Amino acid sequence: MIYSEKVMEHFQNPRNVGVIKDADGVGQVGNPVCGDMMSFYIKVKDNRIADVKFQTFGCGAAIAVSSMVSEMAMGKTLEEAMKITNKSVAEELGGLPKNKLHCSNLGADALHKAIEDYLEKQKGIKKEKAEEAPVEKPAESEECTCPYCEGPLGELEGICGSCNLELEDCPECGKAKKKGAEDCPHCGATKVRV
Amino acid sequence: MKRVYLDHIASTPLHPEVLEAMLPYLKGNFGNPQSLHSIGQEALGAVEEAREKVAQLIHAQASEVYFTSSGSESNNFALKGLALAQRDKGAHIVLSAVEHQSVLHSAKSLEKLGFSSSLVPVDKFGMVNPEDIKKAITPETVLVSVMLANSEVGTVQPVQEIAEVCRAADIIFHTDAVAAVGNVPVNVSELGVDALSLAGNQFYGPKGSAALFVKKGIRILPFIDGGIQEGGRRAGTEDVAAIVGLGKAAEISMRDMEKRAEAVRPLRDRLIQGLPQRVDHVFLTGHPEKRLPHHASFCIEFIEGEAMLLNLDMQGIAASSGSACTSKALKASHVLLAMGIDHALAQGSLVFSLIDDTTSEDIDYLLEAFPPVIERLRKMSPLYTKYLEEKEK
Repeated sequence: MIYSEKVMEHFQNPRNVGVIKDADGVGQVGNPVCGDMMSFYIKVKDNRIADVKFQTFGCGAAIAVSSMVSEMAMGKTLEEAMKITNKSVAEELGGLPKNKLHCSNLGADALHKAIEDYLEKQKGIKKEKAEEAPVEKPAESEECTCPYCEGPLGELEGICGSCNLELEDCPECGKAKKKGAEDCPHCGATKVRV
Repeated sequence: MKRVYLDHIASTPLHPEVLEAMLPYLKGNFGNPQSLHSIGQEALGAVEEAREKVAQLIHAQASEVYFTSSGSESNNFALKGLALAQRDKGAHIVLSAVEHQSVLHSAKSLEKLGFSSSLVPVDKFGMVNPEDIKKAITPETVLVSVMLANSEVGTVQPVQEIAEVCRAADIIFHTDAVAAVGNVPVNVSELGVDALSLAGNQFYGPKGSAALFVKKGIRILPFIDGGIQEGGRRAGTEDVAAIVGLGKAAEISMRDMEKRAEAVRPLRDRLIQGLPQRVDHVFLTGHPEKRLPHHASFCIEFIEGEAMLLNLDMQGIAASSGSACTSKALKASHVLLAMGIDHALAQGSLVFSLIDDTTSEDIDYLLEAFPPVIERLRKMSPLYTKYLEEKEK
């Protein structure tokens, strides 16, 4: 099995699945083009996350990550919840395959967006309708794994820290692809010549 | 737990008779077919007997069959060997957009050597129009490669018509028939192809056994240099047991192919009809009629393939998917995208491919176990929630 027991357990029995109709904050990240999309809904009481629900379109890792993030966030203060990182989620899950690490990015990002949405609403600069916010571009390239060697992408922007391949953003989906390559391994955009 | 294997396209199981045929060359005769002594000569006899059987399966001459180690190798051998042998005539090749990666990437390698390639589009069924091949051919074209059957969507291409187009233009035509040979009748002279790839683990032979047919008189450069094996075109000590297994699998296919197809076709049809009856927003991918007899492929809207596969696996059902999440490069299937299926729907790709011991009960079990999996994942899906909300409006 490619996944840890903990990942499989969360995948089989995901916690907090659903929608909160009158949510105080909503966060949506991802894009079906690259595989995953997550929506997080939170209720806030006395600066704490009183309830959290999520919906996920994606693979086993994406579902397990969402479930884990929701469990980690429940009952936490907003400040504590903002400190949930991609790394801590992956660690709590007993690790993720390298090429699935980007899923853990999405989970924490979606939660943080929901919190930011709540804070903005509190400030009275609430956007028109959070649910209808445009679908986010996929996670930044430096948060992904190198699509060629599957190693984590280093801090050096545009160069994979593992295989030193030069990368650039795909104009179609925004994820990392090999510099100068005619097709993108994430969204499948291909220069078709007939 | 009940186990239902519906992943023929990944690999068929080894036929017991094939194993029996292979065993003497794993346990007893270890000879190198190129040795002069009788142990070697016995192994050579087994290799040549297998070549004869593989040739019979596709109605070729034994001397036109080169053994390789995989379908991917056969495709690499064909694309590179045939194109490079004609470098003086031109440097352009024509492929369909739904070819196997081993064909597409061989073309990429050729591009580095100065070739250019054209990808011919397919229709919504994944079907190539021979007219489009004609249009893509230029005076520089030296090779056309279009697969016989697609493993992801099951569509069987009009290879005979495409071969006619190529013959009229005096251009060499290769077909990747890995998904087809051993499962549907293949006759290289009726099809009119110059080269054809096949692989043993698609018809109950061992993994690591495959072959390339190259018509007599067609020039092809050696793929592995350094020995006299395979007519000097693919050097290296032969994997005698695998080759013997391939020969036996070919022999069994000649005997059983029709019977097998007759047995799986009604089961496949029941699956193709039964699943959309039980679940909404399920779409058949590939051609509804012109498809492999054992092949049923779908896109299930609003959910993702890997999550479905994991859930099915927990219930003992083995299938495959072309979703981005199931590929290591996180890339959605180029086949589905070429057919005009949008990215989100392509993520819900699922392929069920039947094997010769698939039973009616297996299909019942799948039809019972699968809808709750879909329902469970849709409940979690923001795309499905959005769909339901819009439907209410």
